Amino acid sequence: MSDFFSSGWSAYIALVALVGIFWCIWLLFSQRKAKVVHTADGAVADTGHVWDGDLRELNNPLPRWWMWMFLLSCIFGLVYLVLFPGLGSFPGVLGYSTDGSLMQSMTNANDELKPVYAKYVKMDIEQVAADPKAREMGQRLFLNSCAQCHGSDAGGAKGFPNLTDGDWLYGGSPENIKASITYGRGGVMPPFPQLDSNQIVDVANYVRSLSGLSADDAKAARGAQVFAANCVACHGPDGKGNIAIGAPNLTDKTWLYGGSEATIIETVTKGRMAMMPAQDKVLSPEKIQVLTAYVWGLSNSKQPAAAK
Amino acid sequence: MPYIPPGGKPVPIEVIEESLYEVRRKIYPRSVSGLFARWRFILVFATQLLFYGLPWVSWNGRQAVLFDLIQRKFYIFGLVLWPQDVIYLTLLLILSALALFLFTAVAGRLFCGYACPQTVYTEIFMWIERKVEGDRFARIRLDGEEWPWGLRKWRLKITKHFLWLLIAFWTGFTFIGYFTPISTLGSALIHLSLGPWQTFWLCFYSFATWGNAGFMREQVCKYMCPYARFQSVMVDKDTFLVTYDKVRGEPRGSRSKSADLTSLGLGDCVDCSICVQVCPTGIDIRDGLQYMCIGCGACIDACDQVMEKVDYPKGLIRYTTERAIEDKESNQSAIRHILRPRVLIYTAFITVLTAAFIVSLATRNPLRVDVMRDRGALAREVEGVRIENIYRIQIMNASENNMNVQVKALGLDGLKVLNSQGQIVTEIEVGPASNLLMPIKVSADVGANEAGNYPIHFDVVAHEMSGDELITRTREEKSTFIIPR
Repeated sequence: MSDFFSSGWSAYIALVALVGIFWCIWLLFSQRKAKVVHTADGAVADTGHVWDGDLRELNNPLPRWWMWMFLLSCIFGLVYLVLFPGLGSFPGVLGYSTDGSLMQSMTNANDELKPVYAKYVKMDIEQVAADPKAREMGQRLFLNSCAQCHGSDAGGAKGFPNLTDGDWLYGGSPENIKASITYGRGGVMPPFPQLDSNQIVDVANYVRSLSGLSADDAKAARGAQVFAANCVACHGPDGKGNIAIGAPNLTDKTWLYGGSEATIIETVTKGRMAMMPAQDKVLSPEKIQVLTAYVWGLSNSKQPAAAK
Repeated sequence: MPYIPPGGKPVPIEVIEESLYEVRRKIYPRSVSGLFARWRFILVFATQLLFYGLPWVSWNGRQAVLFDLIQRKFYIFGLVLWPQDVIYLTLLLILSALALFLFTAVAGRLFCGYACPQTVYTEIFMWIERKVEGDRFARIRLDGEEWPWGLRKWRLKITKHFLWLLIAFWTGFTFIGYFTPISTLGSALIHLSLGPWQTFWLCFYSFATWGNAGFMREQVCKYMCPYARFQSVMVDKDTFLVTYDKVRGEPRGSRSKSADLTSLGLGDCVDCSICVQVCPTGIDIRDGLQYMCIGCGACIDACDQVMEKVDYPKGLIRYTTERAIEDKESNQSAIRHILRPRVLIYTAFITVLTAAFIVSLATRNPLRVDVMRDRGALAREVEGVRIENIYRIQIMNASENNMNVQVKALGLDGLKVLNSQGQIVTEIEVGPASNLLMPIKVSADVGANEAGNYPIHFDVVAHEMSGDELITRTREEKSTFIIPR
């Protein structure tokens, strides 16, 4: 992979690296001998350079092992440049890359985790949910992959379902939850531009009355007809919704976007669009199994999972 | 052009072309006994007893000193340090540096001569070398033998390297024992089941010990160690150093015992060169202070023995100051200069920092709390009247006892702390030396509050049973609470 605009830069960098190393070797070789000034008794004299009045520069030889280390470093550098990326865009004969290294580490980590997950894959979701170790792992997966929208406590937020209340748009069976996680969901409430504003107020009042919330009886009665004409296709004649298409149950006091009259009017007028992204490319099937059990367990455990 | 040495007469010179890469001249230090040799023996013994012994000490059923890099917990007897405590390491390093400055200002390179691992292992290796191959002249003779080697030379060299490698290996093993429990390391070694990194570091440290103490020796001090190079800025005219008294010793020369010194015009130095033969870095102390001098005092011991033999007063080479030599002062009077500004400043810094170090360690709070607001979900409405914000609270227990932790949120009216299941959080148990991450909800009455951000804080109180004593720890952590529009 090359990030250069022109291949000339690649060649330039390769040249700088190689010339640098060979220049170092040449320097070492060319300086192997020097004329050294000795006094008559054999001691090394200084070079005649004096600083601060008394700091004399001597001309002592380097230790030979130092020279060998230097040469070894040059050879190491050359071998490195052949094996690893470094010479411009040349990838090195080992084919190493940081991307590849990351992928390798992730594969290794997954392989290491395989035996940990293996026993959970064979178990039912209900059994996995009862396993404290699996719950702990599930929570970590949840905090990593789900908490951004559903909240760290899985309590949801406006537009993001609460996963702890036993109310499910697409069904709360382990299979349904697993399908939601694996393949994602797309929930669409279409806008109703054909309804005039009075009709929308009427239907909003009717919808509130379905949940037993305070509503204007006259408006609700008119709204029932609007509902029958426009909404039953998805929400059903009794407003109980349809988990096959994720149409919410309107009778259970659980509101994804809010249950106030104003909010319901907004929902009907403008429609809603919700998206649960598919995790099959992000999480392995084993992890989804454990995560499903955790999410299922949030509303199904007999005694609430100890907060760990 | 003749060469004029500083302050001297011109001397004739010659120019020779020679190699700039010098082969190491092997040094054969002669064994020495005396006061400083004894002190070095004691210190080598003490430092190695500490180094080799410490990993085997246990404390509370675990290794007393263990730096667990994988768990990132650092056990030092009763103390468990976490990466967050790196400030203590910083303080310790600053203190060590200051101590080095102080020692150097007062008495030169005491560290080099007595406690530096390079000196200590070289000393141990030289001791083995001496026991196997004999003293200086025996070793010179042995190495001078021509190829092919005789049976005796093979035997001696193999014995020496075997013993060296044994010690080097044990040193490497001990070193890793500070990072992996040494008892399991031992059994892993016996069963040859060490991990790849453990094997690598074991080999690396063994090799480094063998190479540095057996072969590199004074080369490390002369060419690698920065301390040798910057010591000259830390010593002054009043620093006690291993010094040759040239006023008394020069002019040097051999003489017969009965000769009259005044008529010969000689100083006390008999020029026996013993001081050069015993020097582990191969220098001549009579040339004055040099960066190669590690201050080991071997030349003092050796010279004193010679002085005793020829019936001169001891101390031709001695620990003394430059000023004392110049002014012909005794050490008793030279020591009066010890309280100089640099010594006082170093001492003051060391005292203050040591006090700060001890106080902060003693009052260290092993309870740590971190509160992180959920970024995705800002706030939610519950039961129509209350607002909930979601947080993750991380409680770290750096003590070795269980902690029972209570969390309260303050700063707004009627704040309640709930767990994921919506129950009020009463008490959370956090195990010894562990941490716990827990999602919590904080719910508040909207009341008369307008939409906006409100600063709140979490008061965390932990109860810890240390033996029979109940200790209460507290932490406060700030955060914000959002009431949405």
